Amino acid sequence: MSREEEIRAGLFEHTLNGHAPEVKALTEEGLKLGMNPMDILFKALIPSLEEVGRRFEKGDFFVPEMLIAARAMQGALVILRPLIAETGAQPVGRYVIGTVKGDIHDIGKNLCVIMLEGAGFEVFDLGVNTPPEKFVAAVEEHKPDVVGFSAFLTTTMPMFKVNIDAITKAGLRDKVHIAVGGAPVTEEYAKHVGADSYAPDASMATRMAKALVGDRSGTSQGAQALEQAVKLIDETLKKG
Amino acid sequence: METRLSSQGREVVVSGDRPFVIIGERINPTGRKVLAAEMKEGKMDRVRADAIAQAAAGAHMLDVNAGIPALDEAALLVAAIKAVTEVTDLPICIDSSIIEALEAGLSAYEGKALVNSVTAEEERMERIFPLVKKHGAAVIGMANDETGISMVPEERLALARRIIERAADYGIPQEDVIIDPIAMTVAADPTCGVITLETMRLIRDTLGNNMTCGASNVSFGLPDRPTVNAAFLPLAMNAGLTCAITNPMVREVRRAVLAGDLLLGHDEYAMRWIASYRAEVAAAAKSAAE
Repeated sequence: MSREEEIRAGLFEHTLNGHAPEVKALTEEGLKLGMNPMDILFKALIPSLEEVGRRFEKGDFFVPEMLIAARAMQGALVILRPLIAETGAQPVGRYVIGTVKGDIHDIGKNLCVIMLEGAGFEVFDLGVNTPPEKFVAAVEEHKPDVVGFSAFLTTTMPMFKVNIDAITKAGLRDKVHIAVGGAPVTEEYAKHVGADSYAPDASMATRMAKALVGDRSGTSQGAQALEQAVKLIDETLKKG
Repeated sequence: METRLSSQGREVVVSGDRPFVIIGERINPTGRKVLAAEMKEGKMDRVRADAIAQAAAGAHMLDVNAGIPALDEAALLVAAIKAVTEVTDLPICIDSSIIEALEAGLSAYEGKALVNSVTAEEERMERIFPLVKKHGAAVIGMANDETGISMVPEERLALARRIIERAADYGIPQEDVIIDPIAMTVAADPTCGVITLETMRLIRDTLGNNMTCGASNVSFGLPDRPTVNAAFLPLAMNAGLTCAITNPMVREVRRAVLAGDLLLGHDEYAMRWIASYRAEVAAAAKSAAE
């Protein structure tokens, strides 16, 4: 195994286990050896975080493990992001997200932000208690692929509809995919208010967003890299 | 300080000088697909069964929540409260974030209910306190406002104080405000537990109000939640928590509360502890015989 291969394997393993210092050190070493930042991201870090998400969905991993894995990856992203930007590479996609007006519960939303950033999205986090006009303004300004609304209460869920109406009124409805989520939200309710998709957890939200941008821009660099990442994961799983 | 809640046939007193009060959390369709589906059709069999089972497991009060999205929550809540009062005489904690539903629930309930809940948001207090006053109920005040949940215990204390003062403006006595110092999962932030416990101590020592919390929140996202929940409760009881919305059907939780009462001097001569032990032994013998 070449040192580069060792580094990739190490990044995968250490991200999976949430070892932030090791991930940072390996990223720096890899760059010094001349490894491509995109390679580090798409062949080691993203597959690792995808594995974290997969284990989480299966119930083998728990919330703290997902958080430390994402944090470890973020440490590497801080180093890689400017380098990737220099190469002119586009993010996998853009995502605007926030908890709806009247709702301040943000653990789930924050997990989504971490997972989405980990998956290569450029995320615009509007925070908590976000009024409809702020969502509209963010969709206008950032032109995201997806806008995500999070609500934790049955009382704040009706804001989904209010937000969607505001986006429609602003003439932006056909320009953005609308995803909703949160503890009391169901698939049925998401349909009822006219959202495009519903995700039960952060990992699913990320997978669905990736599937979506993949469909939309099949030839984009991000989607290609994503396909590679998925292939890599499949191979890793077959070997394991 | 004593908070008295009642149904037609029973009174429950929440106080730091008395045994801990368990408010059964099960009657809540959020995250319970079968219960939600049945309630949606107006079927209350499972609600009744949950009420009976929680009462048998030692709940002193029952939380009733009918929060199903896109449905007439007020009507559903009233139906659920009626179903519960048919099968138990435990006082009820009326749980909704929709004001019309709270109003309908309070009107339908005979007794002194606990309203779950108000926050320090002015808009919420303005609408909920008049209802609480009108129906002579008590209310849970959550120590957060529109800016979110502070991670500074002193700030949560300040919000608790604001809720109590605003309640007094509406003629609601201090003892009828039970503060929720807010328990959040330690899975997301390992400091959540100590912040909640410190908030409890501050509220107990400076305001003296009764306190409750969603005690099962602390373990969200973790494996073996019953053990974490069971460990949290006696810690919280020692910090000033006097009641909790939790699941009495979980043995670990039930036993931890009883043991906490015993160790904190609220179970004279360990009579409740011994009686509950005997009941468990008898139940085990019976199920072995069958």
